Amino acid sequence: MAVRVSMKVNGKAVSGEMEERTLLVTFIREHLRLTGTHVGCDTAQCGACTVIMNGRAVKSCSILAMQAEGADITTIEGVAAPDGTLHPMQAAFKEHHGLQCGFCTPGMVMNAIDFARRNPNPTEQEIREALEGNLCRCTGYHNIVKSIAAGARAMAAAK
Amino acid sequence: MNAPLIGARIPRKEDYRFLTGAGQYTDDVTLPGQTYAVFVRSPHAHARIKAIRTERARRAPGVLAVYTGEDIAAAKLGTLPCGWLITDVNGQPMKEPPYPVLAQGKVRFVGERVAVVVAETAAQARDAAELVEVDYEPLAAVTDATKARAPGAPVIHDIAPDNTCYVWALGDKAAVDAAFAKAAHVTRLEFVNNRLVPNAIEPRAANAVYSRAEDSYTLYVANQNPHVERLLMTAFVMGLPEHKVRVVAPDVGGGFGSKIYLYAEDVVVTWAAKQLNRPVKWTAERSESYLSDAHGRDHHTVAELALDRDGKFLALRVRTTANLGAYLSTFASCIPTILYATLLAGQYTTPAIHCEVTAVFTNTAPVDAYRGAGRPEATYVVERLVETAARELKMDPAEIRRRNFITQFPYQTPVALVYDTGNYHATLEKAQKLADVAGFAARRKASEAKGRRRGLGYACYIEACGIAPSAVAGSLGARAGLFEAGEIRVHPTGTVTVFTGSHSHGQGHETTFAQVVADRLGIPIENVDIVHGDTSKVLFGMGTYGSRSIAVGGTAIMKALDKVIAKGRRIAAHLLEASEADIEYERGVFRVKGTDRQKTFGEVAFAAYVPHNYPLDKLEPGLNENAFYDPTNFTFPAGTYICEVEVDPETGKVTIERWTAVDDFGKVINPMIVEGQVHGGLVQGIGQALTEVCRYDASGQLLTGSFLDYCIPRADDVPSFVVDTCETPCTHNPLGVKGCGEAGAIGAPAALINAITDALGVKDLPMPATPETVWRALRTH
Repeated sequence: MAVRVSMKVNGKAVSGEMEERTLLVTFIREHLRLTGTHVGCDTAQCGACTVIMNGRAVKSCSILAMQAEGADITTIEGVAAPDGTLHPMQAAFKEHHGLQCGFCTPGMVMNAIDFARRNPNPTEQEIREALEGNLCRCTGYHNIVKSIAAGARAMAAAK
Repeated sequence: MNAPLIGARIPRKEDYRFLTGAGQYTDDVTLPGQTYAVFVRSPHAHARIKAIRTERARRAPGVLAVYTGEDIAAAKLGTLPCGWLITDVNGQPMKEPPYPVLAQGKVRFVGERVAVVVAETAAQARDAAELVEVDYEPLAAVTDATKARAPGAPVIHDIAPDNTCYVWALGDKAAVDAAFAKAAHVTRLEFVNNRLVPNAIEPRAANAVYSRAEDSYTLYVANQNPHVERLLMTAFVMGLPEHKVRVVAPDVGGGFGSKIYLYAEDVVVTWAAKQLNRPVKWTAERSESYLSDAHGRDHHTVAELALDRDGKFLALRVRTTANLGAYLSTFASCIPTILYATLLAGQYTTPAIHCEVTAVFTNTAPVDAYRGAGRPEATYVVERLVETAARELKMDPAEIRRRNFITQFPYQTPVALVYDTGNYHATLEKAQKLADVAGFAARRKASEAKGRRRGLGYACYIEACGIAPSAVAGSLGARAGLFEAGEIRVHPTGTVTVFTGSHSHGQGHETTFAQVVADRLGIPIENVDIVHGDTSKVLFGMGTYGSRSIAVGGTAIMKALDKVIAKGRRIAAHLLEASEADIEYERGVFRVKGTDRQKTFGEVAFAAYVPHNYPLDKLEPGLNENAFYDPTNFTFPAGTYICEVEVDPETGKVTIERWTAVDDFGKVINPMIVEGQVHGGLVQGIGQALTEVCRYDASGQLLTGSFLDYCIPRADDVPSFVVDTCETPCTHNPLGVKGCGEAGAIGAPAALINAITDALGVKDLPMPATPETVWRALRTH
């Protein structure tokens, strides 16, 4: 059965016809061709598909597109300023070498932004625990942790 | 503008696209008319295929084709080749059973490809794959390498009735036996180097398109060495002319070795793209990665170290059984031999070493290079033995190492390598200071007061990188050269595009290589772009593995830069009406020595492309040079890792309290990137020692087939690190570089297990040291 789903993605109204079983991540990647949101596993463990839905970071592989009907979604493509200036969290990842191959990075950044909004001055341990659902195989997390600490401070300062 | 770029922490040029979702990984490439492939995989570890019924699948919605091994055989596609010939101790070549891209009559591991379904959408292909019916006659399976050699074990390949690919040896056995006979002390360990699954976060993917108009193919593939992929696929499997195949490895989300190889899926989608005259894309699900990516390690080893009364090493004897899996993956044969036994001297003057390796087929996924590839296994042997010997002789583990360090270079080891340079005392000393080893006793006391155990462990690793002098590799069985190529294309306005045969899948070549080029030319780094990963753009390349990129690829670029500057001097000499011998080049300026008459790099480039005033009778216009570089020796990064752990005896949980890494990578181009490589390597090594193991049950079912069952470290499993370097420049490349990509993974497991066994007061502990393993060790000890 095909269904029609509408939502707001990166500030723009979008809609599409899809099978009921279509995952939100499939809609984002295949229908909207926003390929910055990645798929790294099939068990909701890696977090590469993390997007912000109605203000909270969610794994877009773990919900159906239908469940996001009417939702307000931000993907990695919607994070930087319209003129291309990096968001403070993105800039912190660059400055602190918080990424290598870049594949887990969009999910890391989306989760980090959500985390830092709720915890503007986190400890290292809080950051590490917040990354429980995001796997990285390149960085050993050392610089991701530093990036998020710096990004959180920069976000708080920019408020 | 001319601050030195070598040694500078330059933020990465590639980051903006990755941080904004603009990276283009293979699965992000969707072509007009795109179709999707899903593979039907064997659920049995060992079985005869009696029949495959595809009719229902063919009739399913959206299905375009279903292919099986019969179609592949009818198309006369070849089998997957192995790139390295190992010669058995009996002088016979290793056994090379055919590795078909779709199973031919028999399956030999769970996950082997039996059929492929191509459909209009991925979901349709997945649905239809469920409808392919395969009748199997299950056969007895064997997954353990030692058991596979036992009499009566199931025979996996007819050409290897004892399941043995080869028995290989290196070193002087008689000298080793003689040394053991007179040794004051012998330390012996028997252990398993656990099987690992590489787990780059981007799963493998391939997307092929065929053009009837051009009779040519383009393959987008998550791969570390696109030219090698093309060569193997065209010349050895598909019989295609190489110039009709373009291989693009776009952004690649990590490799760690697992994306070096030519995989069956790459061949099948390329072949199918022509059959269907449509682009065919396959992207692995993580479950498929676990089943069918090449795994790493899986050694069973007995190792003995002979010492004299003063702790001097007299000889090392190593016997290893290496599990190769069901088939020979692309470089499988050289990993437990050439890249393993040759490293057994470590940092020490051990005068006699003998290593015998028995490589065995089993009903498991093929095993090949994974970050470190042979060198982590060798380091584990040496550094576990050395630490254990120190404890048995009641010597300080640092002191026993110091007594045996190589200090004279070049140094010929008894296992074929010649170390060009190193300073092992320096890395050890610096690491001890940074780790505050002097304060360890007090910290141990404090832990004990809380009811915890505390331990400290060292690993002083060495690795051979910059693979490889082609002639040496060839004499050892390599079926390829191992040089690298680079091209410098100077544009008329003096900006530069660099084409390199190295490939970046996280290492940051687009920045590091640009630093090298901008520094040498004395131009802004913004004026330099690096292109890699496309056989239609890059002249040639052997790709990235074995920490070879900067040492071999970087040197090829330096050689091409020399040619650019040499030609620039001739052009400048003409423009400045001076003799070429009087022209010097520095900081972006060609100058007549001792004068202020000069032309900038941009002016010379412009003259080369607008040759109005130009020595056309003596010099071609244009400024575009390439170079191929074949190294004269390996490079030898080395260092000391010191790990300090605390163990909770109630739960068996190990906490890494401190980790200090001091590496000697020679000259460091970008310390920020190098530190990142060390962090990542360390965590993969910590993963091996603490959390990761790939397990099959006795029937050959994979028990650890997801991120839920196979634990790659998460952020809260690991600490932050203290990372530093010493610089002993490599003596045989112009940058003085050695390579840094694998060190962490090579040195970490031994340091960690040395620390945990120190904390527990036990001689040995199997990897991974999970809480259960540690808890049991505490109770049986």
